[in-house]
Amino acid sequence: MNLILVAVIVLGVVGLVSALVLFLASKKFAVWEDPRIKQVSDVLPQANCGGCGYPGCSGFASACVKAAEGGSLSDLNCAPGGQAVMEQVAGILGLKASAAAPKVAVVRCQGTCDVRPHGVEFDGVHSCKIQNMTGMGETQCLYGCLGEGDCAAACLFGAITVNPATRIAEVDESKCTGCGACAKSCPRGIIELVPQGPKNRKVVVLCNNKDKGALATKECKVSCIGCGKCVKVCDKFEAITLGTNLAHIDPDKCKMCRKCEEACPRGAIKAFNFPPRKPKAEAAPVVSPASPKVEETVAKASASPIVEKKVETQKESETAV
Amino acid sequence: MKTFRIGGVHPAENKLSAGSPIREAALPKQAIFSMFQHIGAPAKPVVKKGDVVKVGTLLGEAVGFVSAPIYSSVSGKVSKVDVALDASDTRRMAVYVDVEGDEWEESIDRTPDLVRMEDRPDLDAQAIIEKIKQAGIVGMGGATFPCHVKLCPPPGQKAECVIINAVECEPYLTSDHSLMLEKTDEILVGVSLIMKAVNVNRAYIGIENNKPDAIRLMQEKAKAYPQIEIVPLKVQYPQGGEKQLIDAVIGRQVPAPPAIPISVGAVVQNVGTAFAIYEAVMKNKPLISRIITVTGKSVKTPSNLLARLGTPFSQLIDECGGLPADTGKIIGGGPMMGKALISLDIPMTKGSSGLLIMNDKEARRAAPEPCIRCAKCVSACPMGLEPYLLAKISSQYMWEEAEKEDIVSCIECGSCAFTCPSHRPLLDNIRLGKSTVMGIIRERAAKK
Amino acid sequence: MSNRLIVSLSPHVHSGDSIQKNMYGVCLALVPALVASLYFFGLGAAVVLLTSIVSCVFFEWAIAKFILRRERTSIMDGSAILTGILLGFNMPSNLPIWIIIIGALVAIGVGKMTFGGLGQNPFNPALVGRVFLLISFPAQMTTWPVSGSVEYLDAQTGATPLALMKWAIQSGDASVLQDIPSSVDMLIGAHGGSLGEVSAILLFIGCLFMIVRKIITWHIPVSILGTVALLSGVLHLVNPIYADPISVLCSGGLMLGACFMATDYVTSPMVPKGQIIYGVAIGALTVVIRNWGSYPEGMSFAILIMNAFTPLINTYCKPRRFGEVVRKEAKK
Repeated sequence: MNLILVAVIVLGVVGLVSALVLFLASKKFAVWEDPRIKQVSDVLPQANCGGCGYPGCSGFASACVKAAEGGSLSDLNCAPGGQAVMEQVAGILGLKASAAAPKVAVVRCQGTCDVRPHGVEFDGVHSCKIQNMTGMGETQCLYGCLGEGDCAAACLFGAITVNPATRIAEVDESKCTGCGACAKSCPRGIIELVPQGPKNRKVVVLCNNKDKGALATKECKVSCIGCGKCVKVCDKFEAITLGTNLAHIDPDKCKMCRKCEEACPRGAIKAFNFPPRKPKAEAAPVVSPASPKVEETVAKASASPIVEKKVETQKESETAV
Repeated sequence: MKTFRIGGVHPAENKLSAGSPIREAALPKQAIFSMFQHIGAPAKPVVKKGDVVKVGTLLGEAVGFVSAPIYSSVSGKVSKVDVALDASDTRRMAVYVDVEGDEWEESIDRTPDLVRMEDRPDLDAQAIIEKIKQAGIVGMGGATFPCHVKLCPPPGQKAECVIINAVECEPYLTSDHSLMLEKTDEILVGVSLIMKAVNVNRAYIGIENNKPDAIRLMQEKAKAYPQIEIVPLKVQYPQGGEKQLIDAVIGRQVPAPPAIPISVGAVVQNVGTAFAIYEAVMKNKPLISRIITVTGKSVKTPSNLLARLGTPFSQLIDECGGLPADTGKIIGGGPMMGKALISLDIPMTKGSSGLLIMNDKEARRAAPEPCIRCAKCVSACPMGLEPYLLAKISSQYMWEEAEKEDIVSCIECGSCAFTCPSHRPLLDNIRLGKSTVMGIIRERAAKK
Repeated sequence: MSNRLIVSLSPHVHSGDSIQKNMYGVCLALVPALVASLYFFGLGAAVVLLTSIVSCVFFEWAIAKFILRRERTSIMDGSAILTGILLGFNMPSNLPIWIIIIGALVAIGVGKMTFGGLGQNPFNPALVGRVFLLISFPAQMTTWPVSGSVEYLDAQTGATPLALMKWAIQSGDASVLQDIPSSVDMLIGAHGGSLGEVSAILLFIGCLFMIVRKIITWHIPVSILGTVALLSGVLHLVNPIYADPISVLCSGGLMLGACFMATDYVTSPMVPKGQIIYGVAIGALTVVIRNWGSYPEGMSFAILIMNAFTPLINTYCKPRRFGEVVRKEAKK
């Protein structure tokens, strides 16, 4: 009995002393943290993707709180969380969220094995960055996808994978949050973040080849050769500019008429998520020089009945499938 | 026997073409002159399509101090100025010349007579350096650093001795070896010229003792030059590395960057460069040709060819018995530091010391196994780094740690990956880390 | 040229060294001692070693295949065989088979595969197995057959030199040490102990073989043996109840540990400076545990303790960088 009592007392005293030490230590070494940081952090997706440019979600949360003292969250955006999360964050901090267009990643290369043969074999670490150090890589194109999957490794959402058949990275738009981790990981800067677009529709030049036309033709069958035909058909909107032998579509100016897609002799421009084109006879008026004006005016009206019409056709096509 | 003090490996030497005399390669039908044949600013083309050029005509002029001009090595017509695949495996600006005949610029002295120092008492340091600069001479060992830059020490630093790199530590390569056997006198004059250019009276020629004939011959001929000492060195890779060579010959270690060899009083030049300097200064001949070793276990006649710059590699291989059927890899340079080429149409440049053809079996790497932490890479590293650690942190993109572990000191000699029993691609990852960290450092410097 | 050209970054050649070459090289270095153990302990040694090797390889294969579900099992790389031999070497030759199998399971299962297999384990697997058995089955693990007793389970047992040394210290009577076999017997292995550890001279020859073949460097064995010799020499001079250095060096698992267990690649430091720190610490700990600890043998514990410090040593011991000497001189 005595023994048990002694044990209880000894253990109790040890426990009490330890608790006291812990209590004092926590008081003494306490670091004050703005409680809002935790609140903001709680609504963030906790993916720690780094897409915002800060190290992890807690870093972003403290950046938000700091920015709130300045009175604006305009420079901050949580891509995976999207508008909804940013509104919540703004709510916590008593601010209004600025509208940011959600973006998705696009791999600007269509050089599959068929159109861009792998002339040599790379034997080394499976990393695009390392293959890129050999110079040209496996294909003749200095600008195209290397297909080793650095982007896939960088993506925390499983939204980008390298297709083993084509050896090109492909984006799953339904999973892509637009955080931009893949774009940063690509040593050749092939991946571009573009606005999601209405109904996920967008028109993008899927090529990154800056070589002159003759060379670009040799390197890949679907390369942009910088011929400028797309620029000409887009003279109304001036959405397309020609860089170093490479066309680029400004998504803010693009009206999605898809004329450039048709005009491109190389098939380097691709329209995403549009319904399939109507058979040629019916489609003819669409490509006639008269129609773009119609589309333009309609698009400018911004009610976009055309888009709705296209959605219907898409539904039809889905049922047909 | 002297050698460097830290690390090192001894790869199988495979000097297949040792002892085979220098053969002159035939003129190509079309020569391609890359404007990127040296480290630094690329040369700017000064010819246009249709221009007629002779051997020794200027094709591209140097842009800035760290740069070198490029001369035509053939006579004929410029067919185009366009991008061309070069030894870096990328397409860069180049001048294409369709060869017609073999007409030389008259200023070039083509006689074989030896011109000694005594014959040209008018030469002073300034004149020699100017001549070297004009001739477009770069480091011929493969690094291709413009030669005149090294001969102009930064203010406040003075050279104490010249060290000539005749080590040729890369397996297979024998171009320097054959040069030493056949052009001994010219090399010694070239070395004297370098000594005069940097105003020192001591020169060492470091030769590995797997070339006893070259050591003997050089020692014999060097008796006439009391200021030049031949230093036989123990065979050890990478002795041809500039820092390792200085350590081996004069026992001084160049500190980490930004220190350069001149910080310890040494000017290092390759033996091929010494020969090129002789030709440039004494014979008024710009750098238009060099010795290249074409070799490989399946190559019919491994040889040392004296070839004009701009000759496509395919032609050099044809001279040595054609491309073997089992070719798996073609390497520009030696097997330790050379670059695997993606095409045979690539032309040779000022830095092409060798062309090595490996068969399919040799060319393939073995599958990597887990690291067993045997520390063989640590003991092999000639820079005293920890390759296993650098490779690991680089593959995890931990750039800050990589910088702290002195990744930028890596000389990319490949001793670590060569020695790794697990066949790990250590240098692939370290290279990635090194280039990224150097980019970060440059960025930081630019911000300041 | 039928195939596509291969492109890779330099270097394009390899030394031809491999994990197998190193592992089987160590196994080869252990052969003389193995032959000696068969000579001194006969059937018992054969049964224990065979069981240990077979079960280590089996567990490696089974865990890789069925638990980790790896496509490639690595049993041919020789590391499991080596663990099996070393584990067997650390057991008395009359140990029942089922205990050996448990030891192998712990060595491979807990000591190695839980951490991810070859190259990942922080502790020497064979020692993990041995120490587990030593703690779990102290009686079986510490009744050693005497040398020349070639039966298996009913071998004649007796006191080992280590037990005598411990007894001399505990009783304070130096005359006990006179029962220790002569130095020559100690060297060739004609004394009791775990089956592989007895023949100091053959183990040392194996070690020399490994150093010549560049499988290991001299730093770890020399620093351990040197430290033990020095410390036990001083102790012997101060008070003769402590055994003389030669008996200490040849007794117990010291030679086996210094040459083969402490030099294990995975669990020892990478840099010569670190290896010497590691070796000196192992030597000192061994002397401390042997003389003042409760176990007669301290080698296994000393190595395991220092295995735990290896990552720390690796972090703080950097190789001498090229040009460092000059850098320091310049600062002065």
